[in-house]
Amino acid sequence: MVRFINLTLAGITSGAVFAAVALALVLIWRATRVVNFAQGAMLMITTFIAWSVIDAGGSYWLALGAALASGLVLGAVVERVVVRPVENKPHLNAVIVTLGLFVVLQAAAGMIWGDTPHSYPPAFTIRGLSVAGTWLLLSPFDLFVIGAVAAVMVALTLLFVRTDLGLKLRAAAFAPEIARLQGVRVGRMLTLGWALAALVGSLAGVLVAPSVFVGPTQFDAMLVFGFTAAVIGGLDSPAGAVVGGLLLGCALSYVSGYVSSDLVTMGALAALITVLMVRPNGLFAASGGRRV
Amino acid sequence: MTKALLEVRGLDVDYGAVRALRGVDLSVERGSVTAVLGANGAGKTTLLRALSGLLRPASGTIELDGRDLTRAAVERIVRLGVAHVPQSGGVITELTVAENLRLGGLWRGDRAALARRIDEMYALFPPLAERRSLPAATLSGGERQMLALARALTGSPRLLLVDEPSLGLAPRVVARLMAVLRRLCDEDGRTVLLVEQNARSALSIADRAIVLDLGAVVAAEPAATIAADDRLRHAYLGF
Repeated sequence: MVRFINLTLAGITSGAVFAAVALALVLIWRATRVVNFAQGAMLMITTFIAWSVIDAGGSYWLALGAALASGLVLGAVVERVVVRPVENKPHLNAVIVTLGLFVVLQAAAGMIWGDTPHSYPPAFTIRGLSVAGTWLLLSPFDLFVIGAVAAVMVALTLLFVRTDLGLKLRAAAFAPEIARLQGVRVGRMLTLGWALAALVGSLAGVLVAPSVFVGPTQFDAMLVFGFTAAVIGGLDSPAGAVVGGLLLGCALSYVSGYVSSDLVTMGALAALITVLMVRPNGLFAASGGRRV
Repeated sequence: MTKALLEVRGLDVDYGAVRALRGVDLSVERGSVTAVLGANGAGKTTLLRALSGLLRPASGTIELDGRDLTRAAVERIVRLGVAHVPQSGGVITELTVAENLRLGGLWRGDRAALARRIDEMYALFPPLAERRSLPAATLSGGERQMLALARALTGSPRLLLVDEPSLGLAPRVVARLMAVLRRLCDEDGRTVLLVEQNARSALSIADRAIVLDLGAVVAAEPAATIAADDRLRHAYLGF
C-alpha cells in the first residue's frame, strides 16, 4: 500500500510537468492549429538561460524569472518570425518549420553551451517527507513543482475566462475572421498565445531540470511525454492536457515501479494507444473530430 | 450632411481568378436602409466583404464620411464605426451568449458604456437575456441571428452591414428581424446596408435598393420603384 501511494505521489509530480508541456502544446494548437514540435527545444533553450544565470552566481529565483521571461520573448519571436509566414498554408509546412526549428535550436545550444549535460539545483531539498515514521516519495521540491504548475494553471484559467484579454484570445483562436470583424487584433493575439505557451513550457523545463540535467538533448523526452499527454486529453482542451499529464505521470510511475523502469517509454505508447482506441478524439474532445 | 455616409465608386474586386465585382457604384444615405439584391453569385457577399476590409479591392474607392477606407485593415474599419454581420451570423459557438455580446464592444474600451449597451440588447432581444450564460451553440438559428445583430450593435456602429439575415429562418422570424433593422434607422439614426436574396422582405423595409447581376449594378432606385418594376422583379429578383 505504501508502495502504491509512493508511486502515485511520484506520478503526480512528474505528471504535473507533463501537464505543463502538454498545456503549452494545446495552447498553440488551439490558437494556430500548429503542433509545435520545437516546444522541447524551446524549453531546453530557456532552461539553459536559467542555468547560465545560476552558473554566473544568480539565485534560483532569479534564474527561474530569467527562464520565464526568455520563454515569453522566445515564444513571441518564434511566432512572428518562423510561424507567421506558414500560417494559412498547408498543414505540413508548419510541421516542417517547427521540426526545422527544433534541429536549429538543438544545434545552437550545442555550440553555445556544449554537449555535456550540466546539473541543475532544485529549489528545495529533494529528501522525501516522513509521515508517521514512513518515508514518502514526496519531497518539499516535489510539492513546489506541483504547486508551481497548479498556480500557473489557475492564473491562465483566470486570464482566459475572466479578463477581456482572455476573451479576445479565445475569440481569435476559435474564429479568427469573426474576431477581426469585432475589432480584435488577431495577429497580436496569436503572438501573445505563443508567448504564453512558451512561458508555461519554460516553467516545465526549469522544474524538470534537476532530474534530467541540462543539455541539448536532455529534454527530448519531455516533448514526447507532453505530446502524449496532450493527445490523451484531446489536444484541444486545456483541462484535458492537465488530466492527460497527471494520468500519464501516474501510469508511467506504476510501470516503472511495478514492472521495469526500462519499459517507461513503452508504457507511454501503451497508454496513448489504449486511450485512442477507447476515445479516438481524446478524453476531453468535443463531439465532432478535428483533423490533426 | 448632404453627402452620403458611404460612397463607393468604380469598385472592382477579384475572387481568385474571377472578377466578382465590376465597377460597382453605391451611395448609402445617412439614416437609411439600403438593400443589395440579386441572385446567388451576383457578388452581394463579396461587396460586403470588400466594404469591411476582408477583401482587397483591385480598383475603385470606398469612402466613409469622406474618409478613404479602400485599403484599410479590418480592425481600423471596425474602429471607424462599421459593423459587419456575416452570413448566418457568425456567432462564436464556443463562447457564451454574454461573451459574444461583450466581444462586439470591447474595442471601444469603455466598460461602463459596454455594460449599458449589453443591457439594452437584452431588453431588445429577451430570448438572449434568458440564455446569457449558455454557450451560443445552444441557440436556434433565429436566436443566433439576433445575437449576431446584437453583438454588432454593442459597438454602437454608424453603419451596419448585414448579410442575408433571413437565410434559413421562418417567415415570422424574418419579419421580426426586418422590423428591428427598420427601427434601428428610424429611432437610433443608424444606417443599414442589407444584403438579401429574399428581395420581397428586404424591399418591405428598404428606402433604396441596388440590384447586382454577375458583379455589376443593373439598377439603383428607390425601393418602391424597384418593387413596382415587373421586368426587374422577374429577371433578377424571382418574385
